[in-house]
Amino acid sequence: METESQKPFHVDVGNLLAFNPFHNFPSLPTSREELVKECLQEGTKLVQAVADSLFNLPSTEDVDGPLVKLPPPSTKLPREKHLPKPKPPTKWEEFAKKKGIQKRKKDKVVWDEQTGTWKRRFGYDRVNDDKDIPIIEAKMADEPGADPFAKRQDDKKKRVEKQEKNRLQNLKQAAKIGALPSHVQLAATALPITGTQAPPKKVTKDELGNVAGMAATATASGGKFDRKLPGEKPAKKQGKHRKFLPVVEGSGIGSREKEQTENVLNKLISKHSHEILNVGKAVTMYNVKKEKRARNKRSQEGKSASATNKLKPKKQLHKNTGKKGPGSSKKGKAK
Amino acid sequence: MHLYTLQTLRFCSSAIMMRIKTPKNGRVRRELEKRAPKLVETGKKTLILQGTKTSGTLNGVLSEIYHLKKGGAVRFTRKNDNIRPFESGGETSLEFFSLKTDCSLFVYGSHSKKRPNNLVIGRMYDHHVYDLVEVGVENFKSIESFNYDKKMAPRVGSKPFIAFVGEGFENVDELKHLKEVLLDLLRGEVVENINLAGVDRAYVCTAISSNKVYLTHCALRLKKSGTVVPRMELVEVGPSMDLVVRRHRLPNEGLRKEAMRTAKDQPKKKIKNVSSDAIEGTIGKIYIPDQKVGDVALPNKAKGVKRERREAKKKEANERASKKQKEESE
Repeated sequence: METESQKPFHVDVGNLLAFNPFHNFPSLPTSREELVKECLQEGTKLVQAVADSLFNLPSTEDVDGPLVKLPPPSTKLPREKHLPKPKPPTKWEEFAKKKGIQKRKKDKVVWDEQTGTWKRRFGYDRVNDDKDIPIIEAKMADEPGADPFAKRQDDKKKRVEKQEKNRLQNLKQAAKIGALPSHVQLAATALPITGTQAPPKKVTKDELGNVAGMAATATASGGKFDRKLPGEKPAKKQGKHRKFLPVVEGSGIGSREKEQTENVLNKLISKHSHEILNVGKAVTMYNVKKEKRARNKRSQEGKSASATNKLKPKKQLHKNTGKKGPGSSKKGKAK
Repeated sequence: MHLYTLQTLRFCSSAIMMRIKTPKNGRVRRELEKRAPKLVETGKKTLILQGTKTSGTLNGVLSEIYHLKKGGAVRFTRKNDNIRPFESGGETSLEFFSLKTDCSLFVYGSHSKKRPNNLVIGRMYDHHVYDLVEVGVENFKSIESFNYDKKMAPRVGSKPFIAFVGEGFENVDELKHLKEVLLDLLRGEVVENINLAGVDRAYVCTAISSNKVYLTHCALRLKKSGTVVPRMELVEVGPSMDLVVRRHRLPNEGLRKEAMRTAKDQPKKKIKNVSSDAIEGTIGKIYIPDQKVGDVALPNKAKGVKRERREAKKKEANERASKKQKEESE
């Protein structure tokens, strides 16, 4: 037995862990090697303590060596996932419990009267298959001309659809409380906005980004004060798109509204065209046009020598000369 | 997806149509089952990744941690510039990676002037950040710099011994937290049976000062001693480093309580018809329903029936014989 000098180590054999809470370095050892040596010494003591308890456990002989059964670990550590929740009962299970309906065990093979053999309950070559019925007798209630075989198939389809719908509802209920079975995932398909059965269009990332940006700035303050989700990037087009004048004007700004209306009115009611005209702009436009004409003439003279009949790329048939004011450029050529 | 008629659409209260997706493959189904939450959990996987800037030492540290945890770790080698574990919005990438790789422990390395050789070790609960510890690595010595007898090298995946030395681990809050996180990171899988011939590694963590921990990885040599218990000898093989605790974030109380809940804490299901006695031990009661002796059909002709028939025949024969005798006598 080793000397038990203050040896209440906390030993957790399940984790092969040992903790010595009583050791301290009164003065840090001078060199690194000293420190390492002391740490290793202490570590050896602790590992020895664990090994003591470990090797004294009852062991069974195995091919590779002695096997011991470890006790469960005593240090509690947090889980990585939540505890699995039990599945809620489905609508049918609740109904069955209420009515007291017991589950009956069904056989895989059933006796088929028609052929006189044992057939499967479901699957290939099954007992009451729709396609094996040769004749369906007409009843008084049937309307003439209706296909009873097709009607049977339709009924079956409807039954299957109903079953699928019920299954989806049960799974949605389980998903609501977080007890969805591990192999099932519920995927949201696209919303049919209209009643049509058009296939939902696939939206690209850029389109989605644009729409999201528009939606983000669609508030009264341009989305500035909205609480953002963690990790959300700022919208592409920030701020408001239109600027309105304040309802109540401040004192030192002047009457902006008056200015605005004055401008508009002047443009409309002007007596002289030169008041509406932007002379500088008109002059620049005229100069540019002249230069272009000169350039074209020069290039035409140059190119007509080469007898190429190739069609030249048509440049700007719908040339926008930017006639903003009513008939400005023609009038600008005033002598 | 089945087609809804306009009528049924009007009756649907929620307009979101959902589709049930189940795996068509057995392999995929098994993978999903492995990732589902279980009552008793097996080992946690670790995600090792880095930020925009790393240093040489940090690269070494990350790759060595990956080697130590070879079976249960995933290493990302690209830089990730949008991960800031301690900021509220900077964890979304981490949570996404944790979800996709099914890792609940992560080690994030980054290097900056303010925090050189920085490692953030964190844990996840349900793929959301549970707690974080930020440490700086100093005096890192890699595996190559140690010389030792290569035959003693610990094998990949063996269960390690873990030793914590120092009162700092008990008194200082941050070191206590670091102890818990290191235990989670280093311990590997929780196993029931262990082969005593296969224990060959140990991690020693010493609290040098109130914020520094010396961590080293050693191989074990088992030497003969007189008793069943061999004498342990530690030989430093693996990486050794000084960890300086910088920041840490504890989980909030509610989350901690929920994560610490185990299956045992749930009320134990009462087993019916079992009682235990001090003298006799566990006693069980079996209730047998009344046997319907007369109604049970015998499957094959029991011996008794045959014998009955044989005796009946014999009796008849005797009777006939006696009748004959009578006739003769008459």
